[in-house]
Amino acid sequence: MLLFSVFTAWPVISSLYMSLTDIKSRDLRSPFAVSFVGLQNYAHVLSDSQFRQSAFNTAYFVIVGVPLTLGIALAAALALDKGITRFRTVFRVGYYTPVVTSIVAVAVVWRFLLQPDSGLVNTILRWVGISGPDWLGSTTWAMPSLIVMASWRNFGTAMIIFLAGLQSVPVMLHEAASIDGASSWQRFRHITLPLLRPTMLFVTVTTGIGYLQFFEEPFVMTKGGPLDSTISMSMFTYNQFGFGNYGFATATAYVLFVIIVALTAVVFRSLRSNT
Amino acid sequence: MLNIKRSAASRWLLYTVVTLGFVAVVTPFVWMILGSFKTQGELLRVPPTWWPQKPTLDNYRALFSEESFLRYFANSTLVAVCVTAANVIFCSMVGYALAKLNFRGKKLVFALVMGTLMVPGMVTFVPLFVLVANLGLVDSYPGLILPFLVTPFGVFLMRQFIIGLPDDLLDAGRIDGASELRIFRQVILPLCGPGVATLGILTFLGSWNSFLWPLVVAQTQDHYTLPVALALFSTGQNVTNYGVLLAGASVVVVPILIVFLIFQRRFIEGIATTGIK
Repeated sequence: MLLFSVFTAWPVISSLYMSLTDIKSRDLRSPFAVSFVGLQNYAHVLSDSQFRQSAFNTAYFVIVGVPLTLGIALAAALALDKGITRFRTVFRVGYYTPVVTSIVAVAVVWRFLLQPDSGLVNTILRWVGISGPDWLGSTTWAMPSLIVMASWRNFGTAMIIFLAGLQSVPVMLHEAASIDGASSWQRFRHITLPLLRPTMLFVTVTTGIGYLQFFEEPFVMTKGGPLDSTISMSMFTYNQFGFGNYGFATATAYVLFVIIVALTAVVFRSLRSNT
Repeated sequence: MLNIKRSAASRWLLYTVVTLGFVAVVTPFVWMILGSFKTQGELLRVPPTWWPQKPTLDNYRALFSEESFLRYFANSTLVAVCVTAANVIFCSMVGYALAKLNFRGKKLVFALVMGTLMVPGMVTFVPLFVLVANLGLVDSYPGLILPFLVTPFGVFLMRQFIIGLPDDLLDAGRIDGASELRIFRQVILPLCGPGVATLGILTFLGSWNSFLWPLVVAQTQDHYTLPVALALFSTGQNVTNYGVLLAGASVVVVPILIVFLIFQRRFIEGIATTGIK
């Protein structure tokens, strides 16, 4: 309990104060030299153009990445739940595999796959006659590449949770509906989807929270480039920390935190009120 | 009749799509492992080769002798084992207290746990670093391990698990005059098997793969963990040896893959149960 208070609860509280000061790395040994600057850090954060770029990139990543990940996950879960009877475990384990692996290692491997000439992705595209771009070197394609990679790595978690949710959908309902002549799409739309709503809510929120903090992918694959086109809010915070601007870095982290809390609340409300 | 034929066709289609997806998911790993046995020249060839033409162990040799990955491997293992052991012990204790004991401020403590569960590591790492720096633990094993001995996620998981155990068992123990500690050790813990297994696996995985905190706190190569070493190595100024990079990635990924394939049921059940709540 003591450990918990010291290493988990205390940082949360002290960080709030820290974000209101001008603490820098040289102040580590003289905590009394730190002066209170009120909301100055926050004003500075919101007017920083690189921070705005990082906020835009993070929004892009979440808005495209979350639906893509959940879409793949739901499709995979539906296929494995009903259609696939043989080798189901093999598929399930296979689809889940990327989740357990280190993002850093996976990002290193994907950097190779996405190489313009010798990469596997462009080689496969060449077979069908498309000459692929320099994925990570292009301001247009770098972000979509990161999003596809993140979806590839993370959809397994959502798939497993969807599978658990699908099992709670009573078979009887489907039978009754098909006797009444409902097509499989109608059954999916009007039985499965509404009953999956709580699962959907949970998965949207957890995936969204994770994606809002994306960090390793740009750190390893693009270093935030080219031209800041993939710098994320987490990377911005980390960079500021690296420059020794602790108070400023914490303020940027709090902006991210407030966004996380706000979006979570919005998702909860919208998915609840739609029922 | 028509209907049956169509469903057989759509079944084939479904299996084809699912298999293609499977190939797409697994290929990067296969390619990584195969690539780690290729020579530098072969890795740069256009079009790329699939099987290594002259399989070589040079990449691994370089990795372990020149880049001291053995040390990072040991660091990662040490940190993950300590963090996992501590979480299993402490989280089940706190979880037990929150689930079954009545004490003052219990609600407050639980609220604190739930509140901090929501706060991402990104938000707290700077003040945590300042705290650790004030304790003089930057760039040390305690600095890597201490902050994660008890995690809110673990406490929550164990509380949820223990709250489902019947109270009668505890009462029986109390009537027989057992101390709380004894009840915890001899009644609760033996029943916690599945919960502890889930917690242990998820904690080990999280610790092995964790990146931000080790990156921040380990400042010399002596204390790098595998992901930190790999990330810094791969983004370094003169990365020219691609085979060594792929070998490094394999060293990070393969042990966890083996653990995962052995315990895959637990992993997947663990994710599913934490998800449903």
